[in-house]
Amino acid sequence: MSNRSATMPFRFVSCMELREVLGKRAMDEQRLLELIEEVPDDSIYYHTHSYFLRHAYTQQLYSNDFATWVVLYAQDRVLGERLGVLDPFDFSDIEQLRDEILRIMADHLNHSTAVPRCIVSEPFEFIRSHVIEIPLGLETSTLCEFYDALADVEVGAVYNHVCEARMRKRLLSVDFACWLSSEEGLGLQELALNVEQVGRLGLSLEGIRNKILRLCDQELARQRTL
Amino acid sequence: MLENYRDVAPHGTVELLRQLGRRVEGKSLVHINSTRYGGGVAEMLHRLLPLFEELGIKVRWEVMTGSDLFYRATKSFHNALQGTRQRITPEMYDAYIECNRDNAKRLNLDAEFAMIHDPQPAALIDARPHGATWVWRCHIDVSTPQHSVWQFLHPFVLRYDAAVFSLPKFSQRLPLPQFLVYPSIDPFSDKNRELGPDGIDRVLQRLGVPRDKPILLQVSRFDRFKDPVGVVAAYRLVKKSHDCRLVLAGGTATDDPEGAEVLAEVQEAVGTDPDVHILLLPPTANLEINALQRAATIIYQNPLGRDLG
Repeated sequence: MSNRSATMPFRFVSCMELREVLGKRAMDEQRLLELIEEVPDDSIYYHTHSYFLRHAYTQQLYSNDFATWVVLYAQDRVLGERLGVLDPFDFSDIEQLRDEILRIMADHLNHSTAVPRCIVSEPFEFIRSHVIEIPLGLETSTLCEFYDALADVEVGAVYNHVCEARMRKRLLSVDFACWLSSEEGLGLQELALNVEQVGRLGLSLEGIRNKILRLCDQELARQRTL
Repeated sequence: MLENYRDVAPHGTVELLRQLGRRVEGKSLVHINSTRYGGGVAEMLHRLLPLFEELGIKVRWEVMTGSDLFYRATKSFHNALQGTRQRITPEMYDAYIECNRDNAKRLNLDAEFAMIHDPQPAALIDARPHGATWVWRCHIDVSTPQHSVWQFLHPFVLRYDAAVFSLPKFSQRLPLPQFLVYPSIDPFSDKNRELGPDGIDRVLQRLGVPRDKPILLQVSRFDRFKDPVGVVAAYRLVKKSHDCRLVLAGGTATDDPEGAEVLAEVQEAVGTDPDVHILLLPPTANLEINALQRAATIIYQNPLGRDLG
C-alpha cells in the first residue's frame, strides 16, 4: 500500500501575494464597520485569510486583522475576542464571512455607550490581495514522495493547497485531501478525512504543515506494519 | 548569487524565485533614480540588480543628473512631501521640469517596464515610450504633504500605471493601483553580514572609536529629518547618569545639498565633547556601519518624518 503510485500525480503550486492599498482608512469602529460593508471581497479576504501568509511561521493572538486592530488600537478587547474566534474557513464564501463580521460588530456597537476610537495614530488601512500562483514543477505520485515534498516545499504552497483551495477556488475540500482520497490519487479515505479536518485557527502555516506531515507519517508507519 | 540565500531564506524560496523568474525571463526593465551612490535606493539597487539578472530579466539602471538648483529643488520637495513647510520658488519648479526634459533626451528609457524611484525623476513620464509599463516607486511618506508641492507632482504621478509604497500609511489617495513592498534588508551585504569580534575591533580602531564605554549610535545621512541634533540632546540626558560615547555616523548623498548645513549644526551642538564622534563616511562604508552597529549598545533611529529609504 505504501508503494501505491497515483495515476494522477499531485502537482505542488505555490503562491505569492501582491498587496494593493485601497486608500480607505478607519479611525473608529463605526467607520470600520461601514468600510467592511463596502470594500471588495478581495479586501475582506486579505484581512481574514491571507493573514496566514503574512505570519507563516508564528502564531498570532488573533487570526484576522480586524480583531487585532480593535484590540491593539481601539483598546476594545471584548470585540476583539468576538471577532478573533471567527474561523474564516468555516464559511463557504466571503460574503457569508463579511455578513458575520458585520453582525458581530453591529451587535457590539449597539450595546456600547461610546464608539471606541483609535487611541494611537494607527488607522485601519484596507488592503486587498492579488494572489499569484506559481507552479513549482514538483510532482509526487506516492505517499512517501508526497511526505518528502511537503516537508521541503516553500510555505506558500501549503497556503495555496490548504487555504486558497477552499475559499477562492470553491473546492469542497483542500487540494491535499482531494488527491489523497481520489482513485486517481492514493485512495486513502481516512487519511484524507484527517487532513481535511486539520484546523487552521490558531495555527501558522508551518503549524498546519507539521500537522499534516504527522498524519502522513502515522499512515506510513501503519502501512509498514501491514 | 541566488544560491547564497538558500541557507538564510525560508525553505523553498530560491526555487520559488526561479520559477517566478521563468515567467518574466527575457523581459526588459529599467530602474531610474537620481543617484548611484548614497541613500537607501542606490544601496538597494546595487544589491537587487544582479539578482534580477540571474533570474533572466534584462535589467538596467539609469541615473539622472541635474544642476545644483535641481538638487536644491528636489531636496525641498523631499522635505515638503513629508510634511515640513518649504519655500519653493517658481525657478525651482522650472529647474525640475527642465532637468527631467534634459534627462529624458539623455537617458535610455527603452524597456518594456520601468521603475521610477521617488519624486526626482517622476516627470520623466512625459517621455514614456509607447506601450511601456511605468511604475512610480515612492520610498517616502507622502500622506501629509505640503499641498502646493503635491499638487505640482500629482499630474505626473497620475499618468503612471501603478504606484508602490513602503507602508499603507505612506500612500496618498490615487486613482491608480497602489501596491505595497515592505522595507527589507539583504543579509549578505557588507552592512549586514556576520562579523567576528576581531573584525569589529579592527574597524573601530581604524575609525578612532574606543570601546571603553557603551556606545550610543545613530547611522544616517546628515539630514534634518533624521534629527541628529536631537540625538545629541538625548545623549546628554543619558550622560548625566551613564558614562557613554555617542557616535554619529553619516554621510551625504550626491542628490542632497543640505547635508553640509546639517553637519555644521551638529558640530556646533557637539562642541568639544571628546566622547562624541562624528564620522563622515563615504556611501560605500558598509563594513564600517556593520561594525559600528554590532559594537553599539544602543542604536538610535530618530526620524522626524517617516522615510524608510
